[in-house]
Amino acid sequence: MSDTLKVPTMAEMMANGETPEILFWVGCSGSFDDRAKKITKAIVRILNHVGIKFAVLGAEESCTGDPAKRAGNEFLFQMQAFQNISILNGYQVKKIVTGCPHCFNTLKNEYPELGGQYEVVHHTQLVQELINQGKLKVQGGEFKGKKIVYHDPCYLGRANDVYEAPREVIQKLDVALTEMKRSRANGLCCGAGGAQMFKEAEKGAKEVNVERAGEALEENPDVIAVGCPFCNTMMTDGVKHFNKEDKTKVLDVAELIATANDL
Amino acid sequence: MISAIIFSALFIAGSAFFIVNARKIRRNILLGKSISIRDNRSERFKTMLLVAFGQKKMFSRPIPALLHLFIYAAFVITQIELLEIVFDGVSGHHRAFRESLGGFYTFMVSFIEILSVLAFVATIAFLTRRNILKLARLNKPELNGFPRFDANLILAMEFLLVCFIFMMNGADEVLYSRGESHAMNLGDGSLGFSVSKHLGPMIYGCMPTPGLHIIERIGWWGHIAMVFAFLNYLPFSKHLHILLAFPNTYFSNLKAKGSFKNLFEVTDVVKPNFDPEYQPKLDPNAPVKFGAKDVTDLTWKQLLDAYSCTECGRCTSSCPQNITGKKLSPRKIMMDTRDRLEEVGKNIDKNKGTFVDDGKSLLGDYITAEEIWACNTCNACVQECPVNIDPLAIIMDLRQQLVLEQSSAPAELNGMFSNLENNGAPWQFSPADRGNWIHEN
Repeated sequence: MSDTLKVPTMAEMMANGETPEILFWVGCSGSFDDRAKKITKAIVRILNHVGIKFAVLGAEESCTGDPAKRAGNEFLFQMQAFQNISILNGYQVKKIVTGCPHCFNTLKNEYPELGGQYEVVHHTQLVQELINQGKLKVQGGEFKGKKIVYHDPCYLGRANDVYEAPREVIQKLDVALTEMKRSRANGLCCGAGGAQMFKEAEKGAKEVNVERAGEALEENPDVIAVGCPFCNTMMTDGVKHFNKEDKTKVLDVAELIATANDL
Repeated sequence: MISAIIFSALFIAGSAFFIVNARKIRRNILLGKSISIRDNRSERFKTMLLVAFGQKKMFSRPIPALLHLFIYAAFVITQIELLEIVFDGVSGHHRAFRESLGGFYTFMVSFIEILSVLAFVATIAFLTRRNILKLARLNKPELNGFPRFDANLILAMEFLLVCFIFMMNGADEVLYSRGESHAMNLGDGSLGFSVSKHLGPMIYGCMPTPGLHIIERIGWWGHIAMVFAFLNYLPFSKHLHILLAFPNTYFSNLKAKGSFKNLFEVTDVVKPNFDPEYQPKLDPNAPVKFGAKDVTDLTWKQLLDAYSCTECGRCTSSCPQNITGKKLSPRKIMMDTRDRLEEVGKNIDKNKGTFVDDGKSLLGDYITAEEIWACNTCNACVQECPVNIDPLAIIMDLRQQLVLEQSSAPAELNGMFSNLENNGAPWQFSPADRGNWIHEN
């Protein structure tokens, strides 16, 4: 594993007269949440390994506004959107990779109408692309032969019909990829979306993440693979609810790739 | 002659009554906000063909899909026979098309009979699932009362309709073999319809001719009366989907499901802060209202959605919040929207064409904040709906109303909003620290 991460900011690149191929949109969770920062670093390791010229916005990045919009606060959403768009357009950004399906969805689907038009990919799509182009060679490493179940994030799956990229990437690890009863278009939410991450659930019989983690654990997997930092939190808590954290790990697809290949 | 007059009167009254009520529904739908959906006609047509006509989304659950297909196919094909029944009824003929169509006539009626048997089986299966097996999604609290009666009534009508078809054709078959049918005798000894040529002699074989004439007429009149009863019951029932599925899928959202609409009312206020030369998109003098409080704040497409819902509950059975015992049920959102719209429509009828404020609204009196705040915006309900209804769009409009007009978001969400506003993140972190992860180990 390489010790030092090379993470230039957009401002640094511009100062050096350089233009990155792609902007890595880290997102709030990936920037501030201790667990999600590990996913962010795994994505950086992959980008460093293949030698893609990329940059982050650093302190110039701000929330896309997704949680505000889903919670009905359109004012706050558009304030965030126009602020981000003016920065992104100022740097003449063409292509963006995100570590979070919520950022991915908002940048891809809701910014264009407000004046922010970019090619936006989720990190699992970028990894798939790198593998298909032969730029990233992947081995199973410690995951070889392990049983992995993939949980579809709603904002990657149903919201944007991206079902195959993460699965194809996982399969490159030579693992036994299994499916939950509810998967792909029928996948069950982890419970975080729609700003639920930031509030207590309404009165009911059960927490959504416990329902979903229980379903994943029925497959008796070594790893629950996810592609979203919020799903990661919810599934990790769900696995703990069943006291299965020693047997089953919750890992992002980027972490699987980076760890297996010692990046 | 008398029967032709009675029939014509029934036909005209039945059609007129339906048209009056159908126009009311059209008027109610157009109470919604005006939006223009005129883009991508070929893709829209394709969606309608696949989803409504082809029932593509039904087949994610194959068994009910197949049973539903039997009833649907029988319904569609029977319309052909209805042409003859209407012609016979008005002109006083009996099986007027049989002679001229010959073998094709026998084939068509036989086909209808086979589909009718399948529809009969499906109807019994549906009644059993609903009332004896008590399938969870067909026994949720929002179905208590009229919706449950409505569903069973429709199934009972379908059941009776098939019975009448076989009374008519079965009795006629026996009469024909005795040379007593009013159908033109072609000297072939049997009408030759696939099911009734066996079923008729089995049930009616030993009945006297005058009794058979009565049974045949009860079947014939029962059939057409049931068709008119059904047609005229449609505007009062959940069963309008048989008609509205077509326009509803045609006008359905073609964009990615994650793409929520941007409010231009908000853009007009926010954008000038970033672009002083920005020209407002909307009329600055028009009253601005954010989100939806009542049905008239929704778009006509959302109201069409409400009338297209047949309360199958696929949405609710896939909703993560409903599955885990919360109050939110996407089906209830659609039923409430329709029920409130009906109430508004009746108010307008009663008050000579204008709505008189009744102090009620969709949000609060029908749908509670508790339901609205439970939503994960996961799109499972939208994905599931066999006729492309979008309950999530209504939920979002109601949330916008709660936040932007009534400032009544849950306290934790207000906390998230202020973090976002002050720190550019939903948590209380300094924006300057956003890049700290780069240097942490």
